[in-house]
Amino acid sequence: MACVSPDGKPTESGTKMLRALKAGPKSPEEVARETGLPLFRVRSGLRELTQAGLAVEKDSKHELAEQGAKLIG
Amino acid sequence: MEQTKEQVNRMPRIGEPAPAFEAVTTHGKLKLEDFKGSWLILFSHPADFTPVCTTEFIAFSEIYPELQKRGVELLGLSVDSVSSHIAWVRNCQEKTGVRIPFPIIADLNKEVAAAYGMIHPGQSRTETVRCVFIIDPDQKIRTILYYPLTTGRNMDEILRIIDALQTTDKNGVATPANWRPGDKVVVPPPNTQEMADERLKQGYECVDWYLCKKKL
Repeated sequence: MACVSPDGKPTESGTKMLRALKAGPKSPEEVARETGLPLFRVRSGLRELTQAGLAVEKDSKHELAEQGAKLIG
Repeated sequence: MEQTKEQVNRMPRIGEPAPAFEAVTTHGKLKLEDFKGSWLILFSHPADFTPVCTTEFIAFSEIYPELQKRGVELLGLSVDSVSSHIAWVRNCQEKTGVRIPFPIIADLNKEVAAAYGMIHPGQSRTETVRCVFIIDPDQKIRTILYYPLTTGRNMDEILRIIDALQTTDKNGVATPANWRPGDKVVVPPPNTQEMADERLKQGYECVDWYLCKKKL
């Protein structure tokens, strides 16, 4: 996976995306603007972070899951 | 007489929706829909660590900033593994100093290659030929180019096609042979006799009623 390492920890781009969610729920477009990552990377990255239980999708926006919040402190 | 059974996939055509896929790439698992809203150039190459392909990847990387200015993403594909792609990308950077900035699909089971008609058995039964699919932000196929294994692609032409398609979409015009940005464009031909009569009075540069050009 590109955003989550095999040990379950977010990669550099995964951490960037999680940090972008710290202030509250965001759409992929908002996360792409804030992180400077291409939108396609953000869409797939948020999907991975959600599957790994680090983020949650609600009403087309993503927010930090408890585990994701713990990891970025 | 022994007959060989072979699955023949229908090739996608210009104007049709691009076949959906979910694929393992050097940038993680990507779906076609992840590119929605952007132009996308999906292109295949025969194999990693081969000479013509390496020159093409360097050339695609060189035009990548120009493509990004035009809202275009690049996505490579071959039937090699993701480990092979990673090793090749690292080797390109080590030997030439060029970083490959775009993802490459590892299409080991040839699913994407089959959906896009990228394997031409007359050339090779195991490798993809050099295909280019230009897909618009609505995920419709707008251009298809096929090159044989021995001929590297022309990046100027790929950029020119992107400029032509975007100019066409924005201005409702067509582009003549060898058109370049800044050149005159072709006004769509009239559909009725009345429009044809009027066309010649509209101040365009006309050869005749059916071939008129204008400056944008």
